[in-house]
Amino acid sequence: MKLINESTILRRMKPRLIKNLVFKCLFMAATIFALLVLGILLYRVITQGIGYLDWQFMQGLPSRNPEQAGVKTALIGTVWLMAVVAPVTLFFGVGTAIYLEEYAKKGKFTTFIQVNISNLAGVPSIVFGLLGLTVFVRALSLGTSVIAAGLTMSLLVLPIIIVSSQEAIRAVPKELREASYGMGATKWQTILRVVMPAAIPGILTGGILALSRAIGETAPLVVLGLPLFLAFLPQSVFDMFTVLPMQIYNWTGRPQEEFHAVAAAGIIVLLTLLIIMNSVAVYIRNKFQKRY
Amino acid sequence: MKKRFKYVATSLMVGSVLAFTAACGASDEGTGNGNGSQSNGSATESANEENKQLQGEINIDGSSTVYPIMEAVVEEFGMEQPGVKVSVASSGTGGGFKQFIAGTTDISNASREIKDEEKAQLEEAGIDYTELKLANDGLSIVVNKENDWVDHLTVEELKEIWVDSGETKKWSDIRPEWPDEEIKFYSPGTDSGTYDYFNEVILEDSPIVEQATLSEDDNILVQGVAGDKNAIGFFGFAYYVENKDKLKVVPVDGGSGAVEPTHDTVESGEYAPLSRPLYIYVKNESLKNEETYEFVKFVMENAGVLSEDVGYVKLKDEDYEEGLKTIEGLK
Repeated sequence: MKLINESTILRRMKPRLIKNLVFKCLFMAATIFALLVLGILLYRVITQGIGYLDWQFMQGLPSRNPEQAGVKTALIGTVWLMAVVAPVTLFFGVGTAIYLEEYAKKGKFTTFIQVNISNLAGVPSIVFGLLGLTVFVRALSLGTSVIAAGLTMSLLVLPIIIVSSQEAIRAVPKELREASYGMGATKWQTILRVVMPAAIPGILTGGILALSRAIGETAPLVVLGLPLFLAFLPQSVFDMFTVLPMQIYNWTGRPQEEFHAVAAAGIIVLLTLLIIMNSVAVYIRNKFQKRY
Repeated sequence: MKKRFKYVATSLMVGSVLAFTAACGASDEGTGNGNGSQSNGSATESANEENKQLQGEINIDGSSTVYPIMEAVVEEFGMEQPGVKVSVASSGTGGGFKQFIAGTTDISNASREIKDEEKAQLEEAGIDYTELKLANDGLSIVVNKENDWVDHLTVEELKEIWVDSGETKKWSDIRPEWPDEEIKFYSPGTDSGTYDYFNEVILEDSPIVEQATLSEDDNILVQGVAGDKNAIGFFGFAYYVENKDKLKVVPVDGGSGAVEPTHDTVESGEYAPLSRPLYIYVKNESLKNEETYEFVKFVMENAGVLSEDVGYVKLKDEDYEEGLKTIEGLK
């Protein structure tokens, strides 16, 4: 006597297996499509821009002659901007998230703040530009300085980092905290030694997203009135500066075909900077994930 | 274990900050080098030239149409006077005037004349200014390469085509012998000085056709017109010149015969009414500073050649001489 009726099982399994295959193919197609588009984009940018990408391009100032145009001031300006945005967003973003998750009493007020933060994440970047223009550039008369633009950009990306840090903190198992309290630790000790180490991979992911957005934004900086042509580099955070995305935007808008290739070279530089920045964060994150 | 956690947590929090501080340091170094070579350059130059080496700051903002000319001028000026820190922004004619009114810029670039309300605001802010012409641009009306019916358009016809009438427009509505096909419109965005000028001479404050595709990026307009047989569009002369092989330019009849925009017809003003001058507005107070005066003088002396270099059309020589005279009186 057979215990298993193979034909029945096969009959029942077949539709499920097909279903499985269909979804596997569907999701694979979605991934391939995304990769393909990215591939085409990278291919186009690289083939177009590689001819202009040389030491002279890294050292040069903007010029009417595409051969001589360069990104020195813009590249260093972007690094300066990130030097302001990264610490400011990490400090205020993570700080707000810790307060909201760990200290604040859940009530109408915190819900109100919560809703507002989520809404701010969807506000068009140009609105932050106008805010920055009124508050930092005009009212605090910081001008079109690194600090004014950096604070504007920080406001723009803060919601992203707050929301992702909150998620990361919330995902830390309650048992860990309770164990810590049980050992007699204070709230701050628990946050510093138990919650933060467990939450940091998630926080860093939010940080990567936030900084990647800040490095590529153009609109708010155009509103602030940041210059495009500068023959000098900023000496402090109160000096004027210019950034890569603005140069790229300007070059793509030029009538001459050659400048579009120069823009592509600028995009390669921006992408490289972004990859370097993110790989540092990913490295730190992975190193930590293994330990925990 | 606890200690390790603490170590990792703090190092992570501070790590990214440190990474960027390091980047900061690197750029500081870069700045130092830059300065070094700059002062070297000026030292040798001042030895060779009797020109005095000036110091100071000049802030320029305004039209993105004028930006390429200014970029060229500043690039050349920087070789003569590396000590003067000139910055050029490009937030549009309107945006530039806002900064000018706020008093943050010394020179405002404009692709149209200053508006009355802007004049009033400047007066209120107590800012005296001088208007100088910089170069010419011929607003070019273009159609698709395959469009074989349009030979020229009069100003009235342009108005008929571009002003919104509430219904879809066909080429046959303009002249009966033209094909019975819907016209596709491509226009610069309403914030641009180019649109303002078109509005002034053609639309005369009537609304533009609702179906028009508006874009701040003129290259998108070029692509739009090049890709659609029934399209019509307008933009600056440089964009037509660079894309001559893809587009067909329409001669415009402003009352004295159809004229095609060419270098010569724009320079002479024969291509009317769509030839437009590009301007700079200089704060009189800033002209009292030697570096700004020298800069504006340099602009007037070199704008002709340099504007041609970047695709615009120079003014007549006497216009530049007149500009030089004007600023001399304000020194």
